[in-house]
Amino acid sequence: MLRHTTLHGLHVEWGGRMVDFSGWEMPAHFGSQLEEHRHVRQDAGMFDVSHMLNVDVVGEDAQKFLRHLLANDVAKLASPGQALYSCMLNPSGGVLDDLIVYHLGTQRFRVVVNAGPADDDVAWMRRVCSNARFAVEISPRRDLAMIAVQGPRARESLWAARGELKPATASLSRFHAVETPHGMIARTGYTGEDGFEIVLPADDAPELWTALRAADVVPCGLGARDTLRLEAGMNLYGADMDGSTTPAESALDWTVDRTTDRDFVGRAALESASPARALVGVRLDGRGVLRSHMRVRAPSGEGMVTSGTFSPSLGISIAFARIPRSGGDIPSPGTPIEVEVRDRWTAATITKVPFVRHGSSVLGGLTGGA
Amino acid sequence: MNIPANLRYTDTHEWIRKEDDGTISVGITDIAQDRLGDVVFVGDAKVGATLAAGEAGAVVESVKAASDIYAPVAGEVVAFNETLDAEPQRLNEQPYDAWIIRLRPANVADVDALLDAAAYEAIAGEA
Repeated sequence: MLRHTTLHGLHVEWGGRMVDFSGWEMPAHFGSQLEEHRHVRQDAGMFDVSHMLNVDVVGEDAQKFLRHLLANDVAKLASPGQALYSCMLNPSGGVLDDLIVYHLGTQRFRVVVNAGPADDDVAWMRRVCSNARFAVEISPRRDLAMIAVQGPRARESLWAARGELKPATASLSRFHAVETPHGMIARTGYTGEDGFEIVLPADDAPELWTALRAADVVPCGLGARDTLRLEAGMNLYGADMDGSTTPAESALDWTVDRTTDRDFVGRAALESASPARALVGVRLDGRGVLRSHMRVRAPSGEGMVTSGTFSPSLGISIAFARIPRSGGDIPSPGTPIEVEVRDRWTAATITKVPFVRHGSSVLGGLTGGA
Repeated sequence: MNIPANLRYTDTHEWIRKEDDGTISVGITDIAQDRLGDVVFVGDAKVGATLAAGEAGAVVESVKAASDIYAPVAGEVVAFNETLDAEPQRLNEQPYDAWIIRLRPANVADVDALLDAAAYEAIAGEA
């Protein structure tokens, strides 16, 4: 039996093609994934991301606990309102999940984790907490829903739909959040565009969704969310990294904070071995569409596509691939490789990520498509 | 979903139209394009190849997945609809106008043995 968010009825009514996503029945698209993608790049679209789990971490040891649990350092969140992207590692240094942690107040944090590993994440957090006897309350908040409004017109659209939110959010900086009587509003997202993620009581979500729709924000499915995040160079947990890959093998080494002697889960393992593989961006030069699990031949050895798609903004196929490092180094952008596209070895090139930033191509020699 | 009465069909969701020159046009049905989602690439057409019925003659890639287009009957692939190179979305917009490949059937009678609209509807409705 698939789980439903409180927006499920509205999705079906709006023509959503519902699919099983990590045990949740969610819209893949509402007719055209490509049009939804373009709306987010050029205007404003919204996503129901209520399947993701908010976990509140509160108590006198909250900061101490998170500094031990997470590979990035929440001590960077000096004042309430700041947010941080981090991996949560297992003792062998593999990625259990990637998440955003919000500093809400004194010893009060909120962690937003992916839907698939959510239950395992909470169990893991509780185990780490009780092993070290941290004085912390860990509360999964299934009573909350989350709506992401994304695109160059996203912020104005929210203010058009909910004028009362403007004073609190107009000066909100990127990667910051604010608590309002209507819920937590964060200037974060998973598309490479500006916008907000709004965390609110699940029962309030349909009314906000309807108000946003009335402000011409286009409902978008998880299909467009996937092509948008890939263009923006953002990893997808379960596809691009999991418990068997380290941050350095997943292009996430920048999120691991080793600036102090902080003891965090996985640190010893990360420091005892050097990464053998790297995650790189790939563009297909030949014809076809890159898909996950396709085989890759690079000068440094054989690897595999972890996420692949047709990029609506660029009009070509792009991907992430995990390939061997060459003498410890990440193979550099411009390196020609081959990908096995439907039984045919096809020319491709290692490419810098992100592929697209704020609506524009960042690939040299290519212009952003419509 | 639209299933024109004047065409023949396969259980793999191709439609088939007999042309005046003795060839047949092969495309994908309205049901097929709806299930695939936005088509972003059509190609790998085996023009010049002689195929057995059920052999792949081209490929259609959507945002979601790649799908083979099968020869509905044995025959030689004589043409690929090159307008689909630049406009693959025509398969979504006008599935029954946008043919993908043309075949010269080895045996014309094979074409008449394919599913008619009612039989296809019965099969597709169950899936």
